[in-house]
Amino acid sequence: MRAFFDWLDDRTGYRDLVGAALYEHIPGGARWRYVWGSTLVFAFFMQVVTGFVLWTAYSPSAQTAWESVAYIQYDMQGGWLVRGLHHFMAQAMVVLLALHLMQVVIDGAYRAPREINFWLGLILMQIVLGLALTGYLLPWDQKGFWATRVATNLMGIVPVVGADLQRLVVGGTTYGHHTLTRFFALHAGVLPALLVFFLVLHVALFRRHGIHARDPERKPDHTFWPEQVMRDAVACLAVLLVVLGLVFLPGLGDRPAGAPPGYYLGAELGAPADPASPYSAARPEWYFLFLFQFLKFFHGETEIYGAIVIPGAVMGVLFLMPILGRWRLGHGFNIGFLIVMGIGIGALTVQAMVEDRGDETYLAAVEQAEMNATRVRDLTHAPEGIGAAGALALVRQDPMIQGPLLFNRHCVMCHTHVDENGHGLAGDEAPTASNLYGFATREWIAGLLSPEHIGTAAYFGATPYKQGDMVGWVNDTVPSMSDEEKADLQKVVAALSAEAHLPSQEAIDARDAATIEEGATLLKETVGCADCHRFHDAGELGSAPDLTGYGSYGWLSEFISDPTHERFYREAVDGGMPGFATHRENPLANKLSPEQLDVLVRWLRGEWYRPEFTLASTTGEGAAADPAPPPASDTTSAAPTPEASSEATMPAAAEPAAENPSAPAEPVEEPASPNEPEPGEESPADSPQAEEAPTEDAPAATPPAEEPPAADSQPSEEPTPTPEADSENEPAPSEPVSEEPSATL
Amino acid sequence: MVSSDRTSAPRDARAGDEDRRSFFSTATAVIVGGIVSVFPFAAGLLVLFDPLRRQGSAGGFLRIASLDELPADGVPRSFPVITDRVDAWNKFVNEPVGMVFLRRTKEGVAQVEALNAVCPHAGCFVDFLSKESHFQCPCHDSSFEPNGTRIHPERCPSPRDLDALAVEIRMVEGREEVWVEFKNFRAGTPEKIADA
Ligand code: FES
Repeated sequence: MRAFFDWLDDRTGYRDLVGAALYEHIPGGARWRYVWGSTLVFAFFMQVVTGFVLWTAYSPSAQTAWESVAYIQYDMQGGWLVRGLHHFMAQAMVVLLALHLMQVVIDGAYRAPREINFWLGLILMQIVLGLALTGYLLPWDQKGFWATRVATNLMGIVPVVGADLQRLVVGGTTYGHHTLTRFFALHAGVLPALLVFFLVLHVALFRRHGIHARDPERKPDHTFWPEQVMRDAVACLAVLLVVLGLVFLPGLGDRPAGAPPGYYLGAELGAPADPASPYSAARPEWYFLFLFQFLKFFHGETEIYGAIVIPGAVMGVLFLMPILGRWRLGHGFNIGFLIVMGIGIGALTVQAMVEDRGDETYLAAVEQAEMNATRVRDLTHAPEGIGAAGALALVRQDPMIQGPLLFNRHCVMCHTHVDENGHGLAGDEAPTASNLYGFATREWIAGLLSPEHIGTAAYFGATPYKQGDMVGWVNDTVPSMSDEEKADLQKVVAALSAEAHLPSQEAIDARDAATIEEGATLLKETVGCADCHRFHDAGELGSAPDLTGYGSYGWLSEFISDPTHERFYREAVDGGMPGFATHRENPLANKLSPEQLDVLVRWLRGEWYRPEFTLASTTGEGAAADPAPPPASDTTSAAPTPEASSEATMPAAAEPAAENPSAPAEPVEEPASPNEPEPGEESPADSPQAEEAPTEDAPAATPPAEEPPAADSQPSEEPTPTPEADSENEPAPSEPVSEEPSATL
Repeated sequence: MVSSDRTSAPRDARAGDEDRRSFFSTATAVIVGGIVSVFPFAAGLLVLFDPLRRQGSAGGFLRIASLDELPADGVPRSFPVITDRVDAWNKFVNEPVGMVFLRRTKEGVAQVEALNAVCPHAGCFVDFLSKESHFQCPCHDSSFEPNGTRIHPERCPSPRDLDALAVEIRMVEGREEVWVEFKNFRAGTPEKIADA
């Protein structure tokens, strides 16, 4: 063995190298204050290793970057761990850099003969900050995208070359594939190579000049190995533990039961970048917050001072420090400068955070951003998966995310979508059309057929039909009904509601098949609906909307497209609902594109993917409370500025609840069912069945179907029609919906 | 070793020759070495500078909304701008590429003003706060009147007012539609310079 090492040494001289590396002389002995440089090298080493691993799974393009990072985070074994380490170690590195710089300046370790090494250190610092900036974009989520957009726009204000420089960095005039390929090349190629190059020089010079001992007489001298190495190793361990702590910290909060660890551990991942939709939660990473805040103080054309001149001047002073430090006062100045700089950065950072904390618009935007992020994560695990168009397409086609936006844009001027607790979407002014929350559910229809509710703003109260035949019929006929007739009416409610095939009622519709059939017969023959309405083979079109398929996907789509069609109201009425897709030959002229119509209809019907894992906390309550807590809940306070930021109002929240298999709506209904289901009438019809229902439903519910849907299909509907037609469409349930009714029939 | 043998002998005699040759060698080494090592960079720059000769996709009026979608009271409303977009090797058909705010300038009249939603400061999208009735940028707090002018030009981070876009009202199948010449402008400059 010995012979082998001798041979090796003869050919390579490795013993000298190792000796030089390990037995560096440390005057005054090993000290803890010398560890910062080593921890930085360690941090960089971690970044290289984790970075290469991430590289094996990352795909830089606008359609694959977010998707591949999501896959790493949520699906790959250990992906969240490696990504979390890389993410938090990057932040640790920035902190360590600051500490290292402070220690060097305070100890005066930049003075001759170490000036060049100090400069090399500053160059390394720039490279590390460049790595942080470029890395922030790579996941291509909203946060990274908007922060980078601001940063690169600032680059554009550099005189003369700014615009070209920005184009070169962005890879064109718009952000896209080449922004990512370029940033990735910088982040994984150019900058690390430069960093290694300068690091080698930095360490070589450091070795050449030896450590700068503060008080060499303090203790007997040591060699680097093992005394200092031991301290360095312990310090690196401490850094690692802190970073690991950050990776695992989110696990202390709510976590979806049974979800994979990537759902709640490690670095966060926002919703995929959407260059065309506003993102009011845009902020840089915390260590750049001070710059962000600093910019607020520069107005108009002075911006260049805040963005470039002053930061450049500060860096300039740092570069001059070794020279200034030659004079006695200079060293004091340097230390003072550093302290002032530190305080300034700290104060700006705190100020930025305090301002944000008091800014409701910002806080709402952050909450929205988090809900969207969760929703997209769930969507990527929907059976449809992520298609070739990428995850952004999922966001754009998701009823849960887009439905409320569309409703706010197109419907809220007349309609509301508000649940029993008053949460939901509503315009600034009093509604002139029905509340579409729960449209076509049994509760909703029962409210329509109840004298107490039909005349309220939730149904026909605010519409041109408030004096119509439908209102008249309900007010005249229903109160005088016998108990038996009222029971029949409940069956009619169930039958009509079953036409919609709402996902939320799938289980009870199946359970009540017999009642529904009976109700359909009553509807056609006995109760009198067919006197005005058509219903399958009974009645005629012409005086009131067609009840065939009432509230179904097809019915709603057609209704919203053109409520004046002969199947519905036949002609426009003052204050009536406009058509949203009346131009069949020229879809561009329609207010709603086919895709938007699809999303809106599905949202109103509560048809969207329910995730497999939801937060335990949410599930319990949501589900139990009301049968049909639709998506609406999300909006809670949404109403504020609907139009302004389209995203503001998204709904993501509600959905979690839905998921729970067990608890959902049905149970609640059960009790009620027997007797007073709907506000008014539902009675007894199926008590027997009702009882069992709970059990059955539960299982069924699990899947997506369960949720109560959004229910309102009527968005579009406004009562346009002729006087008589009031039909049922417009009204919405005010609060009638109490809990009981729902399942009853 | 080898070289020492050679140099030791008839050195003086060939000194002039040697000098010439060594000058020639030095020059050749520097020039040829320089060329070969710069070559890959020069070739690479062609590719790296490619974005400088790309044209933006600007131009032309796009249909944004029908006139009746605008509130009569002159409150601005946001609309997505939908058009085809090319991103390097992909073409996306009918994609949202930006956002504009439209508002009627006079009650009930078909006069419409369009503003690009991008903040001229550094490119965030502004919000319209209906309560305060002004535009607010969520990034560095620039604020603008509903007509796009800065509320406090002396302390507004944005160097210019929101960028107005040309508007046309066109009759399509009997409906009045709002068409806008959609463009993006360079951020951070007092002048409005369209992205080429
Ligand atoms: S980007 Fe709007 S204020 Fe800075």
